[in-house]
Amino acid sequence: MRYKLTCIVCPMGCTVEVEVENGRVKEVSGYKCPRGKEWAIEEVISPKRVVMSVIKVKDGKLPTVSVKTDKPVPKDKIPELMKLLAKIEVKAPIEVGQVILEKPLNLDVKVVATREVDSA
Amino acid sequence: MIYDTIIIGGGPAGLAAAVKAKKLGLKVLLLDENEFLGGILPQCIHPGFGLHYFKEELTGPEFAHRFIREINKLNIEHYTNAYVLEIENYSDLEKKVVFSSPKGVMEVWGKTIIYAAGARERHAFEIGIVGDRVAGIYTAGEAQTLMDIYGVMPGKEVVIVGSGDVGLIMARRFALEGAKVKAVIELMPYPGGLARNVMILRDFEIPLYLSHKVVEVRGRKRVEKVKVVKVDENLKEIPGSEFWIECDTLLISAGLIPNVKLLKRIGAQIDPLNGGPIVNEFLETTIPGIFVAGNALLINDLVDYVAEQGELAALGAKEFIKNQGILSRKWIELKRGSNVRILAPHYISGERDVYIYARVSRPMENVRVTFPEIGKELRLPVVKPSEMLRIKLKAEEMQKAEKEITMEVEKGEV
Repeated sequence: MRYKLTCIVCPMGCTVEVEVENGRVKEVSGYKCPRGKEWAIEEVISPKRVVMSVIKVKDGKLPTVSVKTDKPVPKDKIPELMKLLAKIEVKAPIEVGQVILEKPLNLDVKVVATREVDSA
Repeated sequence: MIYDTIIIGGGPAGLAAAVKAKKLGLKVLLLDENEFLGGILPQCIHPGFGLHYFKEELTGPEFAHRFIREINKLNIEHYTNAYVLEIENYSDLEKKVVFSSPKGVMEVWGKTIIYAAGARERHAFEIGIVGDRVAGIYTAGEAQTLMDIYGVMPGKEVVIVGSGDVGLIMARRFALEGAKVKAVIELMPYPGGLARNVMILRDFEIPLYLSHKVVEVRGRKRVEKVKVVKVDENLKEIPGSEFWIECDTLLISAGLIPNVKLLKRIGAQIDPLNGGPIVNEFLETTIPGIFVAGNALLINDLVDYVAEQGELAALGAKEFIKNQGILSRKWIELKRGSNVRILAPHYISGERDVYIYARVSRPMENVRVTFPEIGKELRLPVVKPSEMLRIKLKAEEMQKAEKEITMEVEKGEV
C-alpha cells in the first residue's frame, strides 16, 4: 500500500510518500527533513489526533462547555470517544483546565474543559 | 471624564490592546457587542492557537481566557452587550463613542480609539448563489456558534462552499458529530486553507472539488439540493458541467470582510485590496488618534498576529497622547510589487523596526522577496495566498529609503 501525504510539520508542505507492506514501512520518499520523515511514518502507522468537542452543561450561563483531550488520541478510537462525550453532562461552574473525564475508554488521556462556564 | 483610549471590540485584537494599554498606564475602556468577551475565539474550540504568542498550542477559548484573566486582574473597565452605533471625531484628542447597552444609549469620550471590530463573513448572495430562499443556509461561523456555543446541530448532510480554514474546520466538526459532509466546493484550483487543515479532508474522506462553484439552491422550506458547476482557468462556468448534490445544509465559507463601516462613515481612507483602513506603522488610520488592529485591519490567519497588532495599536495610543500625534520627519510609502495582494502598514517612518503583513495573489515556489529601494532580499521555499507573510524591516535597513519601498515577490532563479 502506498500513501501520499502532504507534510504539515512546516509550511513547505512537502509531498511525502510512504510504502507499507504487511503493516511495516518499506520505503519513505519525498521528505526534505528528518522531522518530516518521522511525521509521515507515524501518520501512516499510528495516526493520532487531539479530539475537541462540546459537552452539555447543567445550570450554566451557556448550555455547553468546550473540551479537548490533553494528548492526541489514536484516530480509530475517535468515533467511540465522540459518542461517549455526547452522553455526558457537567454541572456549572466549570473552570478552564478542569478535568471532565480521566482515562476515557482506557486511553491514557484526560478530557479537560477549555472554556469557563459560570453558573446561571 | 475622558478615557485615554476606548477600544471597540473584545476579540483577540481588542483584548490584547486593552491589556497592553493598561500596562502602559493608560485609562482604558473596552466595549464589546457580545454577551461575553473573546470575540470569535470562544467558539473556535479546535487547537492551533497561540504557537507564536504563548509558545504553546491552545484552543480558541483557552487563548481568549488568558487575556480575559488579565482584563479582570488589571481591573480594566469593560462593557459587554455594548453595541457601538457611532464614532465622532471632534478634534485630535476628543473623540465620542455612542453605544447601546442594556442601560440605554450611552456616550463616552476618549483621546484615542482602537478599533478592533473584526470582520464579517461573506454570505451566499455575495458569491452569486441563487435559487430558493430556504432554511439550511448558514455561514460557517453561524454554524460554529450554533454547534459550539449553543450545542445545536444545524444539519445532517452538508455541502461546504470554500476550502478556507473555517470551512475545513467546520467540515471536521460536522463529521466528528456524525453528520455527512458530502463535498467541499472550492472556486480556485488550489485549496484555500493551511496544510494542516486540508488534511481534515483525508481524515474524514470528504471529496474536495477544486475549480467548482455552487450556483443554485433548491428546496421546499429546507435545502434539498445544490447545483455545482465546474469553472475554467478564468473562473468562468463551463456549460454542460453542472451536477446536483443532495443535502439539507449549505455552509458558506467564502472569506471574511473587515468591518469598517463606522470608520468609513467618519472618512477613514480604506485600502480596497485589504478591505481595511490605510494605516501607518502604529496602525493609526488616516484619522489622527484612531487606530485599528486585527481582522478590521486586514484578514489574518493566525490569532497570534492579531494580538500583536492589538498591542502595537496600544503603543500607538500611548505615543499619540504623549506627543499629541504620531510624529515623523517623513513617511515612506510601502507599495505592492508583483504577486503582492494584501499589504500593511502603508506608511512607515523608517525610524523604528516594523513588521510588514502581506499576502500573495497566487501560490509560488522557490521565491525571492525583495525590497529593491533598500536592497533587502529574503528567500522562501514557498508562498501561498492562504499563509500570511510577516516580515521585519529594521530601522537601519530603511536608512536608504526616500519616498517609497516596494515589496516584490518573484520566482528566484533555480
